[in-house]
Amino acid sequence: MKSAREMGLVACTRCNRVWEPGIAHCGRCGHKLQSRNPLGLQKVWAWWVLGLICYIPANLDPMLITRTLVSRQDNTIIGGALELGRHGSWGIALVILAASVAIPVAKFSVIAALALGVRHGSRMSAERRQHLHEIVEYIGRWSMIDVFVVAILSSLVQLGAVVAIRPGQASLYFALSVIFTMFSAMAFDSRLIWDAEEGEVPDLAPLPAPSPKDPKEEPAG
Amino acid sequence: MAHAKASADPLADLIACPRCDAVQHVVEPQPGQRALCGRCDHVLIAPRKSAGKQIIAVAVSVLILAVSATSLPFLRISRAGLANASSILDAALAFSSSTLFTLLSLLLAGLIVFIPALRALLSIYVLWPLVRDRAPWPGAIGAFRLSEALRPWSMAEVFAIGCAVALIKVSDLARVEFGPAFWIFAFLVILVPVQDGLTCRQSVWRSLDRSLVHPGRKERRAARDADRARDRTPDLPAESAP
Repeated sequence: MKSAREMGLVACTRCNRVWEPGIAHCGRCGHKLQSRNPLGLQKVWAWWVLGLICYIPANLDPMLITRTLVSRQDNTIIGGALELGRHGSWGIALVILAASVAIPVAKFSVIAALALGVRHGSRMSAERRQHLHEIVEYIGRWSMIDVFVVAILSSLVQLGAVVAIRPGQASLYFALSVIFTMFSAMAFDSRLIWDAEEGEVPDLAPLPAPSPKDPKEEPAG
Repeated sequence: MAHAKASADPLADLIACPRCDAVQHVVEPQPGQRALCGRCDHVLIAPRKSAGKQIIAVAVSVLILAVSATSLPFLRISRAGLANASSILDAALAFSSSTLFTLLSLLLAGLIVFIPALRALLSIYVLWPLVRDRAPWPGAIGAFRLSEALRPWSMAEVFAIGCAVALIKVSDLARVEFGPAFWIFAFLVILVPVQDGLTCRQSVWRSLDRSLVHPGRKERRAARDADRARDRTPDLPAESAP
């Protein structure tokens, strides 16, 4: 089975229509046509680094500030989860730890591994790697759980002097980190995995426009 | 016309997998069946019987639920004689204490309610004429593109899990009561994935393509009426020179 690029054609990534090279926009959906984005991997890394930068203060700063009559308590993400655990709700603590620690860390490492694998080759099969990419794209949004928890708590728990909850700096950084890593996963073009699989050196140059007299051979379905 | 040319193009029968770029001939699957990519098993086409009408029905419900869920009280807590109620918009706007936090608030409001509602609206706009076998409304292509681009940013169901976690945290601090919006939102969370599951983007693109090439019933009838009117009055001069 041949890829559109090997056949000298350009595929629209949005509506999957195939076009001759040299056309700027898809005639069906208007999406910009580009065989491969030469800056694609750089975009992946740029969003990845931004996400990582935001992820550090997200874990160090307080996520939730709880004030009661007698005390004020600042909780970081991990600290808050551990405290829930100490109160006996280990299930909820695990949900928060999975959404705020395990998923982001897994996401950073998988995206980095995929991007490195395209450049330097990988021992994993292309199917496996594409599957990983789909999983990362799917679970990325679930990291937002903790931000939503903070939003609900701080709008709901406003009982004057008795108890009040305010969001901490970390909630902002954490939301940004999730959004940046979602962009990073979206910027990764999984077709590059298959290009490398076919033994093609990652070459992202645009395809030459076809010469008019050269008839295109019919592809085998 | 670019669209008229597209139908005569031999490449129109091909489909490229968006995941692995493998090019294959389109074999239109029967409703309920799925066409998978031959190389990477990505689902390429998954049409459903009368999906258009079902999506419109679900999308209308999503819109109604989203509007009522945002305006009605969501949760209420009380402790030691003090009480506080909050709507979903309050939760989304909880961060609006400083400029940066305001940005985050607007973003959250978008993720929880506005993007799901907007996607429902866009689906209705795109599918309504297609279901009635008419030509698409102007801008339908752009509308469907936007709706598909917003798909990962619609986070109503993530917010629902966040609610569950927050409720367990709050129940230690105070007594919690559920408002009507809570139950409405619970329905909304079920309906949004249903809408996504029914939508086969490839089928929508292909029917948008077809209806742009072949005019809809309304246009055909208008053309036929014009022909008949011309046949009935053959000798009437269209414009008489003075």
